[in-house]
Amino acid sequence: MVSSTLHIANQQIEEALWSVTDPEIPVLSIMDMGVVREVTQDGEAVLISITPTYSGCPAMDTIADDIKKALKERGYQSKVKLILAPAWTTDWITERGRKKLQEYGIAPPMDEASDKAALLDGERMIKCTHCGSTSTRMISQFGSTACKALFQCNECDEPFDYFKCLK
Amino acid sequence: MDQSRYEYLLLLGDNSMILGHRLSELCGHGPSLETDIALTNISLDLFGQVRSYFQYAAELKGDAATEDSIAFTRFDRDYRNAILVEQPNEDFAHVIVRQFLFDSFHLPLLEQLVNSRDETIAAIAAKSIKESRYHLRFSSEWVKRLGDGTEESHQRTQAALDHLYPYLHEVYNESPIEKEMKKAGIGADLATVEAISRNTIEDVLTESTLMLPKIEPRMVRGKQGIHSEHMGFILSDLQYMQRAYPNMQW
Ligand SMILES: [Zn+2]
Repeated sequence: MVSSTLHIANQQIEEALWSVTDPEIPVLSIMDMGVVREVTQDGEAVLISITPTYSGCPAMDTIADDIKKALKERGYQSKVKLILAPAWTTDWITERGRKKLQEYGIAPPMDEASDKAALLDGERMIKCTHCGSTSTRMISQFGSTACKALFQCNECDEPFDYFKCLK
Repeated sequence: MDQSRYEYLLLLGDNSMILGHRLSELCGHGPSLETDIALTNISLDLFGQVRSYFQYAAELKGDAATEDSIAFTRFDRDYRNAILVEQPNEDFAHVIVRQFLFDSFHLPLLEQLVNSRDETIAAIAAKSIKESRYHLRFSSEWVKRLGDGTEESHQRTQAALDHLYPYLHEVYNESPIEKEMKKAGIGADLATVEAISRNTIEDVLTESTLMLPKIEPRMVRGKQGIHSEHMGFILSDLQYMQRAYPNMQW
């Protein structure tokens, strides 16, 4: 089940979940990240299953707290369960989420083959989020967080993050 | 409780935790901002994996055990990590070579664990494997750059290899718990893991112009709880908060 097609019967719960954002990418809802995997409801008790992007992602605890808070504000008691399988992939980021990443200054993940070419073989194909040039180079495989790599643009000289493909 | 499975989880988790701790010592001290961030990110990935292993171990153990009590309140003899990951951050070459040797082993290990009969272990492995691929990529690129770099970087990397490589034998060498878990279809077959790891090492060293050391393997038994003199120092740091404020929580 992919989060963009995740069906949530209760509109209030859906709204609550859309309002929770990734604390490290505040423009991006956890729904756009594909982190919410399942929602079940039994009266006023709601069970939300989420999956971590990376094992060590420090944002997961905050996200779980924020989900509970958002639901409580709407009168629901909830439990958040962390599930590991199937493992998260960047394919679960929605099209809308990719646009938001780009606007925020993080180049969205490319497909697996292009990602490899850009990260390993130094191919110039990741689009600079400042000027749009594809003449860019990798500075570091790990950027400000494990999910990103650090790039620099050869045209405008500005650095930017690239969200690495995770499959 | 399933004692063998519990100990196997300790073995898997402790390797990642002690290496993760070594890497965390570099936070703010890396040779450049980029490598500093990369190494700390790898540390964070490893600690994330440890949390998954120990949450599961705590479930098996019961008795109000938690991931924290398992991570922080054991005696040194009860830690199951290999001696390789205890080795200190002598210089950047040591950090990179230690990481590379571990990654060359860790990736094929996870590839096996994905098929574990234990669903939770299989799920943790499937998650970790994606991260481990990036780790191996990072460490092998650096081994090549240092080995095939300047005279000094080459010499230091060769020295790190001569120091660390003999400890790899222990990592490959099946301990009684690993043997039992392999037979039960839960654990990895270390012979297969070793073959893949050795291939990776050979390929990368050739490209790095480095020599595989012809040094006798070290007969150490960290996986059975017999640790090096470094372990006490590591634990005094790692366990400090739990000693100062027992049962504290973040
Ligand atoms: Zn630019």
